[in-house]
Amino acid sequence: MSDKKIKGVSLQVVPFAEIEKLSISERVKKILNIVLGNKIALVQGRLRPEEEARLIEDTMAMVDHIKGFKGIELAVIEPNMKEKGFFDKFKFNLAKSLVGDSTSLTVIGPSSVVKEIRKDPKKIELMLG
Amino acid sequence: MFSAIKRFSRNIIKSLFKKRENIKIGFYGPPNAGKTSLANRICKDWTGEEIGMVSKVPHETRNVQFKEKVEIKHKGKTLTFKLVDTPGIATKIDYEEFLNFGLKKDEAKKRAKEATQGIIESIQWLDDMDAVVVVLDAAENPYSQVNITIIGNLVARKIPVLIVGNKIDLKKADLSKIEAAFPDYDLVGISAKDGLNIEEFYESLFKLAKKA
Repeated sequence: MSDKKIKGVSLQVVPFAEIEKLSISERVKKILNIVLGNKIALVQGRLRPEEEARLIEDTMAMVDHIKGFKGIELAVIEPNMKEKGFFDKFKFNLAKSLVGDSTSLTVIGPSSVVKEIRKDPKKIELMLG
Repeated sequence: MFSAIKRFSRNIIKSLFKKRENIKIGFYGPPNAGKTSLANRICKDWTGEEIGMVSKVPHETRNVQFKEKVEIKHKGKTLTFKLVDTPGIATKIDYEEFLNFGLKKDEAKKRAKEATQGIIESIQWLDDMDAVVVVLDAAENPYSQVNITIIGNLVARKIPVLIVGNKIDLKKADLSKIEAAFPDYDLVGISAKDGLNIEEFYESLFKLAKKA
């Protein structure tokens, strides 16, 4: 795991290999520990839908119990496969099912640091507070 | 022997009807998209009474609310279901946001606490749904991770989805954005407040129930 500091904002990169074999609880705990340290987690890959739901549940439980913590901002950046041909999409999905989704990038930050993540198909903007 | 066959077929018919009567249709979405407004319109149209309060202040619905046996008749067909209206799902709750709507600090903090619990409750109810209407604000950017997470979880659970783009009466409303963001799902645009396009919504609701 590596830390980078950009103008007072701390980013922590979580490589896919580091979370690949973790259980749902462990993955979510790892991410929330980073976020509670006021850092933005850049997770290689994307969480499964049930993990995203669990992340929101656990975040809400923490908002209730940790003073000053108001929640998270979350976004997933994925390679644009819309304009790719059938075989490219097939290869992409096959690789995803075999080795997991390591081609995406998940950005998770505390809402006190990341005010908003604006996303549309062509760009993603992090509005920092 | 004959009576056993008769009993068996009666049980099958009964269970088929029982299943249709017990369908649970959930109303999910981000806060302030108009889930309760739509649920109120349906309940008022078909049961005569509303299901819950609506407000401009986000997180007005902070508990899962039900209406048992809502019976809708449309083009000679009847659909009976349990309507489940859920609190809006969000990734952050800031009590200070509620202060901007004129709430006192204590009220705002209480609302925030209840809202966090409401979100957890909404997520936990996902597994119990037979079909879900995802209500989105057609005037907002649909590419929010909350929308993607809700729909992703429904797909993972193999729960049929109907997306409703609400507030089409607003100038900023743009259904084509929702269509582009979620091209694989049935989409209907309505205004729950004005009742705009509500017949088309009922048509889509029948199609959704059929998939459940």
